[in-house]
Amino acid sequence: MSARAVGRRRRRVRLVPAVAAAWLLLAGAMALLAPGLAPEGPMTADPARALLPPGAGSPLGTDFLGREVWVRLVWGARLTLTVGAVAAGLAVAIGLPLGLAAGSLGGWVDSLLMRLVDGLLAFPGLLLAMAVMAILGVGMESAAIAAGLAAAPAYARVARSVAHEVRIQPYLDAARAVGCSPWRIAIRHILPNAGPALVSFAGAQLGSILLMIGALNFLGLGDSPGSPEWGMMLADGRGYLRQAPWASLFPGLALTLTVLAVNLLGDAWE
Amino acid sequence: MAARYFFRRALGAIFVLWLAATLAFVALKLTPGDPAQALLAASGATPAEIAERRAHLGLDDPLLLQYGRYLAELVRLDLGESWLHGRPVGRMIVEQLPSTLALALAATAVAVLLGLLLGLPAALRRGTWLDTLATSCAVIGLSTPTYWSGLLAILVFSLYLRWFPSAGQGSPAHLVLPAAVLGFAMSGAIARVVRAQVAEVLSANYVIAAHAKGLTPRRVLFVHILRNAMGPALAVTALQFGFMLSGAVVTESVFARRGLGKLVVQAIIWRDLPVVRGVMLVAAIAFVLTSLVSDLARGWLDPRLREEQQ
Repeated sequence: MSARAVGRRRRRVRLVPAVAAAWLLLAGAMALLAPGLAPEGPMTADPARALLPPGAGSPLGTDFLGREVWVRLVWGARLTLTVGAVAAGLAVAIGLPLGLAAGSLGGWVDSLLMRLVDGLLAFPGLLLAMAVMAILGVGMESAAIAAGLAAAPAYARVARSVAHEVRIQPYLDAARAVGCSPWRIAIRHILPNAGPALVSFAGAQLGSILLMIGALNFLGLGDSPGSPEWGMMLADGRGYLRQAPWASLFPGLALTLTVLAVNLLGDAWE
Repeated sequence: MAARYFFRRALGAIFVLWLAATLAFVALKLTPGDPAQALLAASGATPAEIAERRAHLGLDDPLLLQYGRYLAELVRLDLGESWLHGRPVGRMIVEQLPSTLALALAATAVAVLLGLLLGLPAALRRGTWLDTLATSCAVIGLSTPTYWSGLLAILVFSLYLRWFPSAGQGSPAHLVLPAAVLGFAMSGAIARVVRAQVAEVLSANYVIAAHAKGLTPRRVLFVHILRNAMGPALAVTALQFGFMLSGAVVTESVFARRGLGKLVVQAIIWRDLPVVRGVMLVAAIAFVLTSLVSDLARGWLDPRLREEQQ
């Protein structure tokens, strides 16, 4: 590799996470500031302005009911990011204690929990989420719970293997020798040392959780009709793909860029 | 020795299937609502008829007996009756399976081809623009929802260029766009594994030795590098095939295709739980079977794996 190639590579490595972080900050700011940016709200329709192309009067065009696509995107960011964060938090809240218990305690607890995880992982994630939706009923709250539950087994398995690796370190023998209880060891010694790997995997999972929530909404299993959730905007726009492709292309682009940014940042973290 | 390896793997696969089936049973039992009522609600049945139906379905029996009967029926591939249509779930699934299977297989072929096409040059030319291109394609494939790339494909190839139909099924042309979209989404994971594996094998002693004894680069690539890098690539492909089925659910919806996807989405909206459970079990069977086949293939490719199990 020439010196120039090395330089180019280094620059790229620094540039990509910066752009990714910038996009996530922008999306986060849109989510936070939605009421100020677009006070009219995502449901304001004007049939006289239906299916307008992007241009002077309407930056990203309007959908079949004459709702501004950019307004809905901004409000959708609020919805999509909140639900994604809740689902990812739920996956960690369920997966982390289970994985930590299995990896730190070992023995029959480990065998039992990991067999449970094996059984759950035999179902593809999206189908698992859909089955949870079938039991809980259709809606945005169930979609968040379903995506979180579907992501939890994989998180438990990673947490378990990380905790297991830490467990066999000599300093934990020392902790056991001075009489620390297994739970104290798990929380005071294993958790802090396993931290970075666990944060990294939670980030990697956030991307697939966002895709899953979008898919549930796209399939009509998520929020109520008309919601500006990005997956649902896509589904609503596809009937007008020929006349107004912007109504479904922009929400899809926003979701793809967000997932891409999350994944790229995760790669950079490693 | 080899027979023992195969036997252990098959036993493990059956165990995971049993676990999955048990989880599905427990989930359905924990769900509120009376199946007999759900089955007969539409026909305006009297409470007496519902009670009779409960007895007929065995819902008043002890839980353990119901569980045993459920497992016995599963072994005979009996998945129960739809609450909505009163038809055998197994038959409903068999009707939809060919369409979904065709999509999943075609998409897997696309994914493997793209994964090799992206991963191999990336590993052989590390740090060049080819590597950058391949790794970028891989992460974009992982991050792009098929419900968006599918609409893009319809827009460009159906509406503007008019090369392929945008919806439905019937001819091979109907399969091209869905398979390409789903295959692209799955190719990223395969490309990553191929790149990592080939890169690792490249610096192995036996590859250096193969070069040193004067074999042609082509022979080294195909006989020494690819064969040794194939195992993990096969494993990830098998894993992806399980996800192919859930990917197919979304892709079928994008392209308005018949298949398991439409069946399961309708079943969820109408809370037809036996159908949902049936599709879940079929997905679990597909996942476990493909993992088993890939394990066996890996054992065949790499004798060391068979011995580690002893």
